[in-house]
Amino acid sequence: MSRVLMKGNEAMALAAIKGGCDAFFGYPITPQNEIPEYLSEHMAKEDRVFVQAESEVAAINMVYGAGGAGARVLTSSSSPGIALKQEGISYLAGSEVPCVIINVMRGGPGLGGIQPSQADYNQITRGGGNGDYHLLSYAPENLQEAVDLIKQSFDKADAYRNPVMIAVDGLLGQMMEPVDLERTPDSKQRERKEWATDGDAGRRGKANTIVSLHLDPNKLEEHNLALKEKYDRMVENEQRYERLETEDAELVFIAYGSTARIARSAVESLREEGYKVGMIRPITLWPFPENAFKKLPDTVHTLLTLEMSLGQMHQDVKIVNQGRYHLDLYARTGGVVPEPEEFIEKAKAILKKEDAA
Amino acid sequence: MTEEKVIIAGFGGQGVMLMGQLLAQAATHEGMHTTWFPSYGPETRGGTANCSVVFDNHPINSPVVSVPDSLLILNHPSLAKFQGKLKEGGVLVVNTSLVEEKDLRDDVRIIKVDANQKALEIGNLKVANMVMLGAYVKASGIFSRESLLKVFKERFTGEKQKLLEMNTRAFDAGMELAAD
Repeated sequence: MSRVLMKGNEAMALAAIKGGCDAFFGYPITPQNEIPEYLSEHMAKEDRVFVQAESEVAAINMVYGAGGAGARVLTSSSSPGIALKQEGISYLAGSEVPCVIINVMRGGPGLGGIQPSQADYNQITRGGGNGDYHLLSYAPENLQEAVDLIKQSFDKADAYRNPVMIAVDGLLGQMMEPVDLERTPDSKQRERKEWATDGDAGRRGKANTIVSLHLDPNKLEEHNLALKEKYDRMVENEQRYERLETEDAELVFIAYGSTARIARSAVESLREEGYKVGMIRPITLWPFPENAFKKLPDTVHTLLTLEMSLGQMHQDVKIVNQGRYHLDLYARTGGVVPEPEEFIEKAKAILKKEDAA
Repeated sequence: MTEEKVIIAGFGGQGVMLMGQLLAQAATHEGMHTTWFPSYGPETRGGTANCSVVFDNHPINSPVVSVPDSLLILNHPSLAKFQGKLKEGGVLVVNTSLVEEKDLRDDVRIIKVDANQKALEIGNLKVANMVMLGAYVKASGIFSRESLLKVFKERFTGEKQKLLEMNTRAFDAGMELAAD
């Protein structure tokens, strides 16, 4: 294994190249600027396309066009920039045009701040755009996992003909750690996209069209139901999560991304002190990994959601576990990154209260 | 080794980010786990800058350091900001050229380095950070001199190759100062 020290944004950009990215369209915003900076140099070297657009709206519509023509397309941004792209993302999902979007989250709402946050959870999982659609969304907790997931994300986008969102935050984007870029294989040579508007109507004997407009309500409902069937397959096949030390746990943390890294420290410390604490770490935010909550041991009495947003993921924990456990939340937001000690203190308070009861 | 958490702080332009990256690179070569995390934001030349670096034989969870084992302080405002966080008995490497010694804590191991003065003697104020780095490497004993020199050789290539010799001298001077 050969490990190289890389900055998160640069490692993710390189992983996209290795995932077969043909074209990048983006617009600068902190804390993800090293992604376009890296790609502006390396996409040209690889004889691929790099465009800095005049705005986020322009960038996502370029993604729509290039993706429609059959290219593997990437865009990246951070929370307010992703908000600007929502119209285009809804069109991409509605027209079943695949693409990959990297969202390096920062505090909100509005321009918010530039420090790490997870307050885009609803924007990512509920759709920021209009209509019945979903994005397959991955939330890695370290750079190795980010690289491995991004490398396969173009394959996933193509397989489902759907946008894939990589959800990280400023902490993962800005930090450096060693990564092994060859731990998983690079994306395989892909097949020609027979649905694409690639100017090859002559060979096919018919012209492809890509639209999101269906004026006949019956036709649109049929289209919506076909999309639903696709999302159901994602729920069935794409849930990913990690369960840590849950076998005999009384208290289980629910945390993803950077917060899960910090929660992992808290689990280790609490276990050393004899507290029975475990963690469920969603790796897909959508589909939310409800399977992770099945067959938890009888020892579990409380689920504690830890997130850098004010209870957005906690809503999903509630939906999945209605009435089964005590549900609690510890949240920091606005760009404040929690320390393991905060989680430890909260966990001890819950466990003491439960013992007294 | 047990986990070593370091904060390096100074003003923008002193090269504190680079110092952290060189250490993280050396740790990577030695097969350790490591993380580097910068302060980022609307930084200005002359404003404060800092980075957190962690080394461990085990996978590292949080790259954010709240209680450092070692602290490298390159200017006085950084001392005020970070000294209180250093764990009791930790290592405090201070650039005495820019830090008032009367304010130093007395419950930590202090390595005084007249880094700016030493850098000027070597021929360029800009290598003061390498003097500080050398002093830390000597004081902590985590990395060998050779390990850092290997990283220098990778880092100072092309047009920057001419800087290798001066940076190495500054680094060695720092190691000597910490040995006293």
